[in-house]
Amino acid sequence: MHANSAVSVRPVAAIAALAMLLAAAPIAPNPRDAAAEAAAMKTNVKISMFAFSPGVTTVPAGSSVTWTNNDDDAHSVVADNKAFRSAPLDTGDSYSFTFTTPGVYPYHCGLHPQMVGKIVVTR
Amino acid sequence: MTRRDNSTPADPGRRDAMKCMSWAGAGVLWTISGGVASSVLAGGAEAAPRTSGTLDFVQISDTHIGFDKAANPDTLGTMKAAIAKIKALPVRPAFAIHTGDITHLSKADEFDTADQMLKDLNVPIFYTPGEHDTLDEGNGTLFLQRYGKETVGGKGWRSYDVAGVHFIGLVNTIGLNPDGQGRLGAEQTAWLAKDVAHLSASTPIVVYAHMPLFDAYVPWGWGTVDAQPALAPLRRFGSVTVLNGHIHQVITKTEGAITFHTARSTAYPQAAAGTPGASPGPLKVAADQLRGVLGVRQIDRVHGHGPLTLVDQTLA
Repeated sequence: MHANSAVSVRPVAAIAALAMLLAAAPIAPNPRDAAAEAAAMKTNVKISMFAFSPGVTTVPAGSSVTWTNNDDDAHSVVADNKAFRSAPLDTGDSYSFTFTTPGVYPYHCGLHPQMVGKIVVTR
Repeated sequence: MTRRDNSTPADPGRRDAMKCMSWAGAGVLWTISGGVASSVLAGGAEAAPRTSGTLDFVQISDTHIGFDKAANPDTLGTMKAAIAKIKALPVRPAFAIHTGDITHLSKADEFDTADQMLKDLNVPIFYTPGEHDTLDEGNGTLFLQRYGKETVGGKGWRSYDVAGVHFIGLVNTIGLNPDGQGRLGAEQTAWLAKDVAHLSASTPIVVYAHMPLFDAYVPWGWGTVDAQPALAPLRRFGSVTVLNGHIHQVITKTEGAITFHTARSTAYPQAAAGTPGASPGPLKVAADQLRGVLGVRQIDRVHGHGPLTLVDQTLA
């Protein structure tokens, strides 16, 4: 019974895996990219008391990061290498950016450059 | 409850003003018909009047139009109160300087609102940008299009002479230093040295910019990283008055003949430098205390000689 049920699952899993590969294929022909795509996530960085929290965020390529300003003062999010730049964020405002290329992205607040953070994008 | 104008003679605010301003009435006012004033705006240093009369102007700062959070949900109301305060002065100022953070988010409609409301002062206004005024896509383009026309190369800084006093408006909020301090930059620094080179050391100087041009509190970015070298050519002068905003409170510092003065905001207070557990953001105080920590500044020089006198008034 146990063996049977285990066996019966396998074709389903195989089909699901194949379907995922096929679905990912047109965008990312490289299987490694497909794996990264599958691991991609949405993550949040909080802006509070003139600091980014967490200060360092590590995400797989393809992930989207959302910053939300919880301070009463305005802030912004600007990549040191200019890869991304938010509009000024008023209290409660958010900004999202999707990281497709692995690497390290240091960033700062455009109004208060002493506020710094880092996004580490892995494969 | 719309109070369009509270600058009537019966206004208690005016009586207070008259108490602390009574000395100002003793001087002969440097009269400002619209013509004289606009020639200051239009012509810059060349066309500006060089009279030896009494000088009287006001500083307004950090109006943060667009801000509506807990620290002050009504920044329009408090700016209106500031305008009324100035209009109620017994001596009408010749002009005003706005030392930045006109807006909170550099939005066109925020600039429009500030502009329309401040027109009510009915005097020329010289603006220098705060970091909140340069948040647009073009990093200050919106501000410079509006207020940069008469400035050096359209870059926002300028000088002009009024009543024998040499005024220098600087920009230290475009291209902030990584530690959060303001920065003037090499080009502006070189221009400043050249601008004052021909002046006699007895010429009174007024310098203004948004961020403090002295170390008010560097851990919070309350300073200008290259202020010391930039201000070096001013050290030979007998009287240099430096007016700043940014920190929403009055701090004064003296270095030889140079005195530095930060100003109150008309929008919201900030914590005293380095207050434990505080950040350099809006500080909420009790509603009935708010106007006591907001304010404007009047600056006078009577009879065209002697030091400049500063009077800081709250909106209470």
